[in-house]
Amino acid sequence: MTEMTKVETTLKDWETDQEVRWCPGCGDYAILKAVQRTMPQLGADPSNTAFISGIGCSSRFPYYMETYGFHTIHGRAPAVATGVKLANPDLDVWIITGDGDALSIGGNHTMHLLRRNLDVQFMLFNNEIYGLTKGQYSPTSRQGTHSPSTPYGSVDRPASPCAFALGAGARFVARGIDVHKGLPDVLKAAHAHKGTSFIEIFQNCIVYNKDVFDEFAAKKTAADTQLHLVDGEPMLFAKGEKGISLNHDTLQMEVVDVTDGDWEAAGVIVHDVKNRSVAHMLVEMQFGEFPMALGVLYDDPRPTFEAAVVAQNEASSVGKTPDLQALLNKGQTWTVSENGADGPEL
Amino acid sequence: MATAVKQGEPKNEHPSGGENVVVRFAGDSGDGMQLTGGQFTLSTALAGNDLATFPDFPAEIRAPQGTLFGVSAFQINFGSRAIETAGDQPDVLIAMNPAALKTNVQQVRPGGLVIADEGEFGKRNLDKAHYDSNPLEDGSLAKWQLLKLNISQLTLDAVKEFGLGNKEALRCKNMWTLGLSLWMFEREREPVIDWLNTKFAKLPNVAKANIAALNAGHAYGETAELSGEGLGTGHLPTHRIGAAPATPGVYRTVTGAEAISQGLVAGAQLAGLPMFFGGYPITPASAILHHLSRLKEFGVTTFQAEDEIAAITAAIGASYAGSLGITSSSGPGIALKGEAMGLAIMTELPLVIVNSQRGGPSTGLPTKTEQSDLYQAVYGRNGDAPMPVISARSPGDAFECAIEAVRIAVQYMTPVMLLTDGYIANAAEPWKIPDVSSLEPFPVKFLEKKPESGLLPYSRDEKLARPWIKPGTPDLMHRIGGIEKAVDTGHIEYGPANHQTMTEIRRDKVLGVADSIADQEIALGNSGGKLAVVGWGSTFGPIHQAVRKAIDAGKDVAHIHIRNIWPMPKNMNELLKSFDRVIVPEMNTGQLKTILRDQFLIDAMPVNKVSGQPFTITEIEAAIEEALS
Repeated sequence: MTEMTKVETTLKDWETDQEVRWCPGCGDYAILKAVQRTMPQLGADPSNTAFISGIGCSSRFPYYMETYGFHTIHGRAPAVATGVKLANPDLDVWIITGDGDALSIGGNHTMHLLRRNLDVQFMLFNNEIYGLTKGQYSPTSRQGTHSPSTPYGSVDRPASPCAFALGAGARFVARGIDVHKGLPDVLKAAHAHKGTSFIEIFQNCIVYNKDVFDEFAAKKTAADTQLHLVDGEPMLFAKGEKGISLNHDTLQMEVVDVTDGDWEAAGVIVHDVKNRSVAHMLVEMQFGEFPMALGVLYDDPRPTFEAAVVAQNEASSVGKTPDLQALLNKGQTWTVSENGADGPEL
Repeated sequence: MATAVKQGEPKNEHPSGGENVVVRFAGDSGDGMQLTGGQFTLSTALAGNDLATFPDFPAEIRAPQGTLFGVSAFQINFGSRAIETAGDQPDVLIAMNPAALKTNVQQVRPGGLVIADEGEFGKRNLDKAHYDSNPLEDGSLAKWQLLKLNISQLTLDAVKEFGLGNKEALRCKNMWTLGLSLWMFEREREPVIDWLNTKFAKLPNVAKANIAALNAGHAYGETAELSGEGLGTGHLPTHRIGAAPATPGVYRTVTGAEAISQGLVAGAQLAGLPMFFGGYPITPASAILHHLSRLKEFGVTTFQAEDEIAAITAAIGASYAGSLGITSSSGPGIALKGEAMGLAIMTELPLVIVNSQRGGPSTGLPTKTEQSDLYQAVYGRNGDAPMPVISARSPGDAFECAIEAVRIAVQYMTPVMLLTDGYIANAAEPWKIPDVSSLEPFPVKFLEKKPESGLLPYSRDEKLARPWIKPGTPDLMHRIGGIEKAVDTGHIEYGPANHQTMTEIRRDKVLGVADSIADQEIALGNSGGKLAVVGWGSTFGPIHQAVRKAIDAGKDVAHIHIRNIWPMPKNMNELLKSFDRVIVPEMNTGQLKTILRDQFLIDAMPVNKVSGQPFTITEIEAAIEEALS
């Protein structure tokens, strides 16, 4: 709504005096640092910032940010945030959630948040497991995941967070990895986007689902397994030797070889963050056949929910005075005098 | 008048000119009976009669035509003496088809008038209502005065010149019936005509046809010299129903849903806060969402959420951000909100939750009234989760209760449950419009500066309320949440001693609300008698009438009506114990009775009704009789 005044802060200003209670080595630490490092670069004001979370390991996040924070109930952070933003659209609101919180118990709210396009940053820490409840499989766990509640392997297919987000109407979809150095750039792009910025962050649960993302997150093989998307740049990976192209016969994406850096000859697509059709294909790209698409997959803003609500509230109040007595007296009234009823006042 | 307790009522049941008449309109749910009833109500109120209404409609929007379950009815009790109930037995039944006759006629007072649209009593409709023979012909209605009119045909004749299709023309039947009723009870047609012209401003032909039907019905009554005289309960004087004595002032009719909406707006203004209302469509609570959606100029933001949980959690978010968060629903929706109420209790944020009760459990009886959510209101959350509960007794009373709920919520930093029910929400009554300038403001003070001793988000004032701090305030950043809080700091704290202390603080804070409410009064009668009839909510009317009759008959009975259910007024213990016996009529299986027994160790006896219909005066009288014998 009103443009934020830039405030000068350092990383220290964003740390609380609370002892961080995640397991040693948890990917959440890296995300916390990335956020605390990014906030000063955004010129954000701690007193005008609110972190709102649901329930789960990730949702402890607000306790460690020296901002306003609300650790709500399981799955409901998007709904709480909606009330917060409608009551005060000027607040800079970040939602912190996880795969179980956002896609299982809170799936409904996530869908409607995205559909309405509330101006918040939505950080979904995806570790494909319920960590706080000791390791049950989650809605993003791969088929066959062994867990205390699925000792013979899970049988249901996982949800795809980014495909869900786009399907629900998201106007900003991005992916990052907890320990990845590119994460702050994703956060900055998310913050710059007006509307719900959906960020899936692959987060390593070292206790219950250790290294589950290693096949694409491991540093050693990253060059071949990660596709870093940059607006206006060709979709290249494997040190520029491979790229993503559109097969005009099947109307599907495919991996093509790039010879001597001539990506145009290979038909490699130039990433356009405003192309929704391409975004749909990017979120559907299956890892294995394709690299994991990271960075900003889609970014095409449109008016926010709170702006529309405020505008309608204002427009429908034009020319009306909030006169309570007049409201009560509205409609047909009649007066009773000491002698009984007089005629109606029509 | 259901809004004011009157001690100085005339003692005689039927003083000269003092009478009341109960009229019930019944027809197919598509026949416009609620509209007819509503307009008759308005004309009656304008004539200076006191009145009470009881809309009784099916859950189906358009149930199959002519069926028994598709019958929609609207009852109005009006007269020249104070009216507190919609009336026990109709004196007049207007039945638009066989199904309407069948489902309603047994309730009509013997000797009462039954007006039936014989045009609708063909074989097909008789079959649908499971009549083997035509009741208008077979003598089975002998104990009532029967008036058969072909209302369908008379209506068609009246609107012929406007060239409407048959179906559209027949839609004017309700106005024909209304015209007849207005004639019978000498009511003005003008307000209805004005209303029709406004309602159908864009369809002048439809407006004209409806007005023609209204006039034709009126003229029919005049020509046929029908009269409502002598139709009132019992032995009646035969002159028109005079105006009811009422406190001087400006009046209007109001429904409970309207009054609650306006009371919430008033409460927000008195607190100096913008209002955020989160709702999800549910019968019969939706009307509040509808009303508030039109009041944006009062700083009201309404949000139709994706579900009941989002409706309350968004309201909690809005309260957190400094608005007055409000949510509303009915039983099933309130059940869904339970966890979030706990969050509001734990984070100590103000919130008003309105429950328009309906018959339960589960989906239950969506359009019928019941008082069976009292346990849910007082006890229905996980953990020791105390919450103030207040209940409205009538549409007019709901206005004051809404203000009271807001006051308690913001002064004590707590969610508050406001109970109403389907009957109060839909019923209309004349309401003496309050003087806004006489309402006492209770402006909210946010914490805006860091105290010298440092910020303690869970420090307490004399009411044990914690400070309300808006995000966005410089230097007061802090974190709240549903995990147990440390005393004063509000940090996460699992320690046993701390939990003991915080649980006690939450309990004491809510119990302390009793310091800010008035002592329990006796609605009728005196303390220390043989019998107290204790009620709450919409049973006020029948209990009050029944107790008045008992007192008039020389019995030692009093009526106590409880508005503050939790915590109860401080003198309640002493007051209840001053009576030899206590009975508790309520539309559930004995919920207030249980709370009274638990809180005061008294032998409160239940009087229960869960038929989806309000108590009749006769039923309460019988209970009084039994308790005294």
